[in-house]
Amino acid sequence: MLRGSMNALMSYLDPRVTVTPGQAGNELWALIYVFVIFAGVAVIVLCMNWIERKALAHFQIRLGPMRVGPHGLLQPIADAFKLMLKEDIVPDEADEVVFRFAPVIGLLAAFTVYIVIPFGPTQAVTDMNIGILFMLGVSSLGVLGIVTAGWASNSHYPLIGALRSSAQMVSYEVAMGMAVLSAILMTSMNAAGTGTLSMIGIVQAQQLQGIWFIFKFFPLGFIAFAIFAIAMVAETNRAPFDLPEAESELTAGFHTEYSGLRWSLFMLGEYAAMLAVSSIAVTLWLGGWMRPFPNLLQGPAWEFIFSLFPGLTFGALAAITFISAARMPSHAFFRIQRAGMAIFAALIGLLALLLLVIAVAGRANDASIAARFREGIDYVYWFMLKVAVFMYMFIWYRATWPRYRFDQLMKVGWKVMLPISLGVLILTAIVGVLLP
Amino acid sequence: MNPVLNAGAAPIATSFFFYFLAGAAILSGLLVITRRNAVHSALALIVTLLSVSGLYLMLYAPFVAGVQIIVYAGGIMVLFLFVIMLVNIERVSKERQFNRIWPVGLLASCALLAVFLAAFTKGKDLFHDRPITLPEDSNTQQVATMLYGEVVKTIQNPKGQYMIGQYTFAFEIASLLLLVAILGAVIMTKKKI
Repeated sequence: MLRGSMNALMSYLDPRVTVTPGQAGNELWALIYVFVIFAGVAVIVLCMNWIERKALAHFQIRLGPMRVGPHGLLQPIADAFKLMLKEDIVPDEADEVVFRFAPVIGLLAAFTVYIVIPFGPTQAVTDMNIGILFMLGVSSLGVLGIVTAGWASNSHYPLIGALRSSAQMVSYEVAMGMAVLSAILMTSMNAAGTGTLSMIGIVQAQQLQGIWFIFKFFPLGFIAFAIFAIAMVAETNRAPFDLPEAESELTAGFHTEYSGLRWSLFMLGEYAAMLAVSSIAVTLWLGGWMRPFPNLLQGPAWEFIFSLFPGLTFGALAAITFISAARMPSHAFFRIQRAGMAIFAALIGLLALLLLVIAVAGRANDASIAARFREGIDYVYWFMLKVAVFMYMFIWYRATWPRYRFDQLMKVGWKVMLPISLGVLILTAIVGVLLP
Repeated sequence: MNPVLNAGAAPIATSFFFYFLAGAAILSGLLVITRRNAVHSALALIVTLLSVSGLYLMLYAPFVAGVQIIVYAGGIMVLFLFVIMLVNIERVSKERQFNRIWPVGLLASCALLAVFLAAFTKGKDLFHDRPITLPEDSNTQQVATMLYGEVVKTIQNPKGQYMIGQYTFAFEIASLLLLVAILGAVIMTKKKI
């Protein structure tokens, strides 16, 4: 038994394996990937919580959280504890079963899509030949969580929020689908001429054609990407399209009656959905796991230089943390905070060192396990870097734009985005037939 | 194939998953027709649709499974919920159920059961043994051909015309069923049209 699982564990590390664990039928590694992704998403959500509050505060020339830990670094953990210990209130008149189950629906829908997100050619739980279809379908189930939550609360504001969100998500899904379709059309425009819906296949098509789809048939790819980038903000109910939870009109919208852990499940689901739609955008238009200029800057020297990037990024983070530890006030009150900050910086520095060591060790022998790890780290790094840009944009939108009115939202969705995306789809098809 | 690559490979689609999905579909299907609260029925119907889409996956029909989720569970059911939520649930649940056609329904479901039993007992005679196509090889064109038939080119009609496929009738009947369901939802919301 133990030997069998060891075999399964080691066999996937063989450098000849070029498929995802799901396709190789390796359940053990699939399970490991699932756990890694789940833990990674949870950590990213904690970080996003802190970054969002800090960034928003700095946009408005405030300090943001400063009390819990140095620069408020422990604030998300403190918040998580507070939410776990809070009373879980169910209103008397609420539909209890549906009320308790609603946050779980949203969370399940947000997390299920992660099994097909391609962090690298083999760094995904599995690859389906209906990949993008599966992602769109399952992420559209997220609206059910919001709708049932709003209805089960048996209160006016949540119901209005739920109805708003279902109308909004259904209308923006149409434009989103058209934009996705034009990217899928582009996958079939190569010498081989076979289109694909598989997430890994879409990135490989970009690799094969030597161009990110955002630049293909300029400006058609870019317009489709822009439509998707707008629609995905509406799909995840983020500002400026956060009408389902518009606090100035509906107190808190669909989650007005929720408290404690169940409320935090909604937040977790929202951030997980943000990550998921950002990864769709990265996969379809920004070349997924590919590093910049894989065609122009070829050769082992460039490979090595680009493989240093992950280590250098974390090194820079460690340096910033060290500087802010050094810049803390020299009052006795800050002694513990300064020490904590320095330890945190040292930990990040160690991680950076480890990444650099793997990059150097993986260079020597292409068939070694170190080389396989280096490759994997590179792929995940470039993918997550692109996703991180989107996550920052989400915060930036929220700080910059005022909320839409509901009729304006519907007008933009149906009268502007849908016609443009339909036009882009038709033009992409025409250009694709005429050009090559 | 390389034995190293194949190590630990086992079919994931085991009978456990079949019984789990089939049980979930039947149980939630029963909930759909027994709940008095329309929203509970709708939610149970979503569970039914999702388990049926899981069964499609087990039949190596990933495209049908994906479309089932997008169209029914994600699109139509959201609209149904949207409509049902505007109904006064309190009043509707106290009202007498207005359909009295359960004998017809019983007859129809008995006929369906007979078809399933026939397929189960005489399946080997009814369906020919065909080589199993791998999921990578199956494509949407085959599904379309099954539904609408092939394009047949003749001398009189060189551009070709669609021959009605084997399953076109069943497909259209299913669409009609959907229309009836939508009409039912409309009638529940608005008594006076």
